[in-house]
Amino acid sequence: MKITRKDVENVALLSRLEIPEAEVETYTGQLNAFLEYADVLTSLDTKGVEPTAHVLPLKNVFRADEVKPSLDRELALSNAPEQENGYFKVPKIMEG
Amino acid sequence: MNLFNKPAHVLHDMLINKEITAVELTNDLFARIDEVEGEVKAYITQTREAALAKAKAVDEKIARGEEISFLEGIPGVVKDNICTKGVKTTCASKMLENFVPPYNATVVEKLNAVSPVILGKANLDEFAMGGSTENSAFYPTHNPWNLDCVPGGSSGGSAAAVAAGSAIWSLGSDTGGSIRQPASFCGLVGLKPTYGRVSRFGLVAFASSLDQIGPITRDVTDCAHVMNIIAGYDKNDSTSINAEVPDYTKSLVKDVKGLKIGLPKEYFVAGMDADVEKAVRGAIKQLEDMGAEVVEVSMPHTEYAISAYYLIATAEASSNLARYDGVSYGARVEGTDIVDMFKKTRSEKFGQEVKRRIMLGTYALSAGYYDAYYLQALRVRTLVKQDFDKAFEKVDVLVTPIAPTPAYKIGDMVSDPMKMYLQDVCTVPVNLSGVPGISVPCGFSDNGMPIGLQIIGKPLDEETLIRTAYTFEQNNEFHKSIAPLREAK
Repeated sequence: MKITRKDVENVALLSRLEIPEAEVETYTGQLNAFLEYADVLTSLDTKGVEPTAHVLPLKNVFRADEVKPSLDRELALSNAPEQENGYFKVPKIMEG
Repeated sequence: MNLFNKPAHVLHDMLINKEITAVELTNDLFARIDEVEGEVKAYITQTREAALAKAKAVDEKIARGEEISFLEGIPGVVKDNICTKGVKTTCASKMLENFVPPYNATVVEKLNAVSPVILGKANLDEFAMGGSTENSAFYPTHNPWNLDCVPGGSSGGSAAAVAAGSAIWSLGSDTGGSIRQPASFCGLVGLKPTYGRVSRFGLVAFASSLDQIGPITRDVTDCAHVMNIIAGYDKNDSTSINAEVPDYTKSLVKDVKGLKIGLPKEYFVAGMDADVEKAVRGAIKQLEDMGAEVVEVSMPHTEYAISAYYLIATAEASSNLARYDGVSYGARVEGTDIVDMFKKTRSEKFGQEVKRRIMLGTYALSAGYYDAYYLQALRVRTLVKQDFDKAFEKVDVLVTPIAPTPAYKIGDMVSDPMKMYLQDVCTVPVNLSGVPGISVPCGFSDNGMPIGLQIIGKPLDEETLIRTAYTFEQNNEFHKSIAPLREAK
């Protein structure tokens, strides 16, 4: 086994997902099937090979720091599940 | 009037010659949608009122004697992961079921500048994750060539709509084959441009280093015309390429004499469907007979591409989809505290494939596994890319199958995600390397399902792809076949 039930529960927590008890087994099996297949990759010798995160030879892309029109506040908030006084509203984060 | 099965370039001429009006054409498409949509289910949203208003405006322009642009007045559909201002953009997810973008994607702005009639938004696998459109949170789309089969995916709605005649052209997005494979399954032309050739601004992100928008059309001529409209640098997408855009219609030339075609033997994988292999080899023979020079090339890292792709794509997805937290847009499910709210929102509103990929990506990026999986995948990406670089020192294009099988039955693969991932063997190396690839119809299986030929080109050399695809297409009749909308016996 590449990945155990406990790993899956931990990964779910990191991903902010709740996986019902009955489904943990299924996900564990499916993730294992992939990771076992990916063994071909992990066994390949890549010593001295540079990683490619991106195919274009781009470094930082800069622009001048100028004030330009931006999205209207009302429009930016228009899809918010909850809003108040021009802000996104979230459940209470701190005690008291 | 049966205008629905004609390509855009024919309809454009008919509009100019006043044989038809844009309103007649749009109404013809509405009638066709009414006839077939109940069975095909290619659309998520239809925008008929706006479509008709646009058609009327185009007719008035023609009546005034003004010139019209290529797509002007021609009805099409946009994949529902491309933002349309004021029109719902759902990504076929319950998470974005009611999301109305406050802005247009750059490709939509570019389209709007030439006034096409946009009929609506097309179905897809949730967040473009899948190859069959069965992962849509709303309903699967059916293949117009056999309603029991999948249309491919993730741009399955975009392809099925054009194949069924419920749109003339469409836009899709391709992260690992999502334009080319559905085009192949539905008997159409689909182009994944060079990474950076078309702006991704307003495309809902799945895997940012792999995603690219492109056209799905009835023939290569329409493909070239749509590319002329959507390609080009965009200051809003820092990964778009600042290079001049050629007139792609100049590549609509019937000539492959002296063209060097590479045949990578690793793409003819064990277990490949015999009909697919026959059709693809037949197409290569034809290109050779037309004067192209075919040489076998080796791309030894092809077998590692699926593993590398799924590790990189899911790692990027796990990061990109972290934004769906029930705060600034999208769905929210209330919880006991904020973390509980995050978890409940994401668990209830993401579908299974999306959750599976988020977890795989999170795992590949997590402490202790990062080097073995994610970093190793990035190194292998370099090797896959080098295979292409080396091949292109010797040849102008590579020719391969699109997928190991034609369209399969709905439900056949859903229980085995790994089996589904293996279907992407011929398409994902193209995304990993950032090069362009086109799918052009090259035959049918014994049971009448379309088969596509993949032509892969050098970075920014869509012109040679279009020329090769056009030459092949014009020597055949495949693009003139009409999907029968039948059910299996």
